[in-house]
Amino acid sequence: MNATMTPNRVTIQEAAPVKKTAIDDVVLDCKVRKIHYGDFLAVRDSNVPIARKQITGFIGPSGCGKSTVLRSLNRMNDLIDVFRFDGQVTYHGKDIYARDVDPVVVRRYIGMVFQQPNPFSMSIFDNVAFGLKLNRFKGDTHEKVEKALRGAALWDEVKGKLKNSGLSLSGGQQQRLCIARAIATEPEVLLMDEPCSALDPIATRQVEELMLELKENFAVALVTHNMQQATRVADKTAFFGVDMSAGGRTGYLVEMGDTDQIFNHPREQLTRQYVAGEFS
Amino acid sequence: MIPVASMVDDDAAMAAAVRAIPRLERQTFESRALKSGLLTTLTWAAALLAAVPLFSVLYMLVVEGGARIDLEALTALPPAGFEQGGGFGNAIVGTLLMVGIASAIAVPLGIVAAIYLSILGAHTRVARVSRFLAKVLTGLPSILAGVFAYAAVVLWMGSYSAIAGGVALGMLMLPTVVLTAEEAMKEVPQRMKDAAFGMGCTRSQVIWSVVLPTGLPGILTGVMLAVAGAAGESAPLLFTALFSNYYVSEMVEPTASLSILIYNFSAMPFDNQISLAWAASLVLVFMVLIINILARLIGQPKV
Repeated sequence: MNATMTPNRVTIQEAAPVKKTAIDDVVLDCKVRKIHYGDFLAVRDSNVPIARKQITGFIGPSGCGKSTVLRSLNRMNDLIDVFRFDGQVTYHGKDIYARDVDPVVVRRYIGMVFQQPNPFSMSIFDNVAFGLKLNRFKGDTHEKVEKALRGAALWDEVKGKLKNSGLSLSGGQQQRLCIARAIATEPEVLLMDEPCSALDPIATRQVEELMLELKENFAVALVTHNMQQATRVADKTAFFGVDMSAGGRTGYLVEMGDTDQIFNHPREQLTRQYVAGEFS
Repeated sequence: MIPVASMVDDDAAMAAAVRAIPRLERQTFESRALKSGLLTTLTWAAALLAAVPLFSVLYMLVVEGGARIDLEALTALPPAGFEQGGGFGNAIVGTLLMVGIASAIAVPLGIVAAIYLSILGAHTRVARVSRFLAKVLTGLPSILAGVFAYAAVVLWMGSYSAIAGGVALGMLMLPTVVLTAEEAMKEVPQRMKDAAFGMGCTRSQVIWSVVLPTGLPGILTGVMLAVAGAAGESAPLLFTALFSNYYVSEMVEPTASLSILIYNFSAMPFDNQISLAWAASLVLVFMVLIINILARLIGQPKV
């Protein structure tokens, strides 16, 4: 059992050939002090810098706040009334939680792909063109849509049926359509919240391959429940733990580093136990 | 004989006896099966009985009204006392006009209200109260809508009119539109709204670009059903639009409608008028039927 849970070193080296990058080009510097839902302290003390041309994986047991942190990065959590963020998320020198920042605009630069594929009930073309229309894009929409669909490795499968409903596609295709929709407006950062958890193994593999291509152009932050997925695609891995001492389940960052280091030479005992599959 | 072998044989015989092959064939006259058959027949008969009024009405309409339907009946003006021929063209126009006015009032107002109820203030006290009131309004006797429109519009404008009729019908349509549109918009999955917010939509953009288009089939179905209901109403028109023997030429004058024409003509002692009432009934039922079919077609999910 333990043998299968131990990450495959060969895969890691394939997925992350560039070891010890000189300086990470951090585009989104997230410093969480405290995240509350009402009186409940959900996450504390977690600094997670997201760098360009890298995939940053968030792993940890359920309830550790990894999704909460991810959704704080483009202020999606603002839609929850009782959510309160204490900390800083610096993007191009500006704290996106500053008083004068419009969360709606933030979300146009920091795109998101959700756990459940969620295409709109409109044609494949309109799904991808949605963000372009939103940004009042004046150029060649067709070209942009094709580029985004190619970027999401979906073009060959849908080029003959762009007028069909996005909901007519299979689950894996729908998720790639959502990725195409998210990258059509060329955001700098792509947040992916367990994008493969609703997909079958083949679709998962396709989306993972796609992520590796995407990181050439975007900074990707990936929440995943699947440690193998983290070892396959993530350059950096942030491991979150749960702290029960304060009465509730409070998530916090245990350690973050190169994926290779987190899985093979963890600094913390807790990380070692988690990646060895001793708890989940 | 080896004792052990006979023991085994006995055991096998015992097992066979205990596990006798069950009778799987249907036992028609067993009490359970009889009861089931009886109840099935009963429900079947009840369903048939419920359909009898509709089909007998339709049958009579087609037989009595169908004979009288021709271009003259559909376009000419209503005949006077002993006059032969004539038709109810003005009543068709009047009904369409008043339903149109009613829709122009109830549809925009209803959809905007539904947006508030389903998205903007779903859990506010205002929403709870108005949702409850809308439900009460669906049960409002239609003649009271007529009384309201009489007091609010006829007395104020000083004349029976298509507008007053439209207001009365609109009042009856409003709760249906509000409640079905609210339901249709609530059924838009949260993850689609999340996706739109995640792309950087403002709240109004989420409503306009995602919630309304996605909920549109359901909203239109509700609108169509409300229109079909309003087209057949007569009570609210009795003292709002009254009736007229001529084509409507302006908004502020008594206006003919199919339902009032049927009501008037069916009580007359002349065969010509009575047969016209049958024909008008057939036309009205046909209109409502078409609207209902349209509602079903629109309401079908497109995938």
